[in-house]
Amino acid sequence: MKWPSGVAKLVPLIPEDAPLPAADHRLTTLEVARFVADGYLRFDALIDDDLNERIIAELGALAGAKFPQAVGKPPPEDALERPATMTPLSQCYPEPSLVGEWIRRPEVQGIITSLVGSDPLYDHDFVHLLPGGSTYEQHLHVDAIVDSEDPTFDIQLFYFPGGVSEGGGGTRFVPGSHLRRVRAEDVARYQHIVGEQQFEGPPGTVMVFHHGLWHAGQPNPSDQARWMYKLRLNPRVPQVRLWNTDDFAACHNDASDHTFATMRFDSVAQVLRQGQPWQQGHELRYELVQRARLWRYLSGDEGFDADYYLTRLEQRAPLAAGAD
Amino acid sequence: MGSRQQILHLWLAEAALDQAVVAWAFHDGTRGGGPGLPAGDPPYATGVAALEDGWHLIQSSMAAPVAAAHELSQLRHEFLLERRIESED
Repeated sequence: MKWPSGVAKLVPLIPEDAPLPAADHRLTTLEVARFVADGYLRFDALIDDDLNERIIAELGALAGAKFPQAVGKPPPEDALERPATMTPLSQCYPEPSLVGEWIRRPEVQGIITSLVGSDPLYDHDFVHLLPGGSTYEQHLHVDAIVDSEDPTFDIQLFYFPGGVSEGGGGTRFVPGSHLRRVRAEDVARYQHIVGEQQFEGPPGTVMVFHHGLWHAGQPNPSDQARWMYKLRLNPRVPQVRLWNTDDFAACHNDASDHTFATMRFDSVAQVLRQGQPWQQGHELRYELVQRARLWRYLSGDEGFDADYYLTRLEQRAPLAAGAD
Repeated sequence: MGSRQQILHLWLAEAALDQAVVAWAFHDGTRGGGPGLPAGDPPYATGVAALEDGWHLIQSSMAAPVAAAHELSQLRHEFLLERRIESED
């Protein structure tokens, strides 16, 4: 996994030679903690060149079916068959579909299973195709509408079969923005955020976003068409410890893990503490509270905390009332 | 002959104008005829640094009530600055 520049890499937590993803293709506990903190994970060249090259023609056909519909026109009569929203993923894109082959690759299944279960619901997908030289640019946005307050989340997989070269204008996104509840369009005002990133990477790279991550398509200044396939999935099982938990007991901390008292440097809390350049000072504490809430849901441990912010408030009144 | 407005939005790490810039947006009513922003990411280290470069503060975010349950939404500490550039138009 490539770590974004400007973000401290937790060397003691995830050694260079650690198998990522886990040997059975599911994520590790520390990877999922990183997803909770940053709102995304990135896997460079996860898919081989053979499928990267073969899939382009099918993505083109899919785009031919999707683009007219996106602008209110019926797709052509011979359009590629597409899944309907709420179809179980296992029933989408049956063989010999190459999109289906990508979905069923063990390394992709491992990511999906770890975050939303082995057979989530298909929400929608889309092919983002931008010809070389295109100046089309999106404002920063969040997909869909203002979200619910519960901790459940969808994932959005972003697959770049052709990669994006340096300066090629890949997707702009803001690490750590996923736990802010905003109207989709309100974040358009931010032209630049310190620490934001623009995707560039080799063919076959897959990123997985929490659905709340702020992002925007960017112009394509290169002379090559830029392809990106996006797939949104909804969980239909509790998203509790679905990943490879071999390392869970070793790194899942208790509520006493507290920077201003005694703290661990090898715990989930230490991963969650890592802020983004735009999250400074006291603001980061509120981010940490939201991350701890999400980790409570994912871990199934309602007593989890990072730096004691939640536990202090929850137990003060009962303690003051004399509860044990 | 008239003036054209340049607008600079700054979002700071916390509520004081001398704190770090974490986001910004620039809208140029001179269509490139006036001065641009200094090179840098961000262009100014703090809000005060923008004042020192000739920007005038015209609005800052009000102290908002405490959000329920530590909820986070948009960037909280927004400062709006302007420069007026004389134009031959």
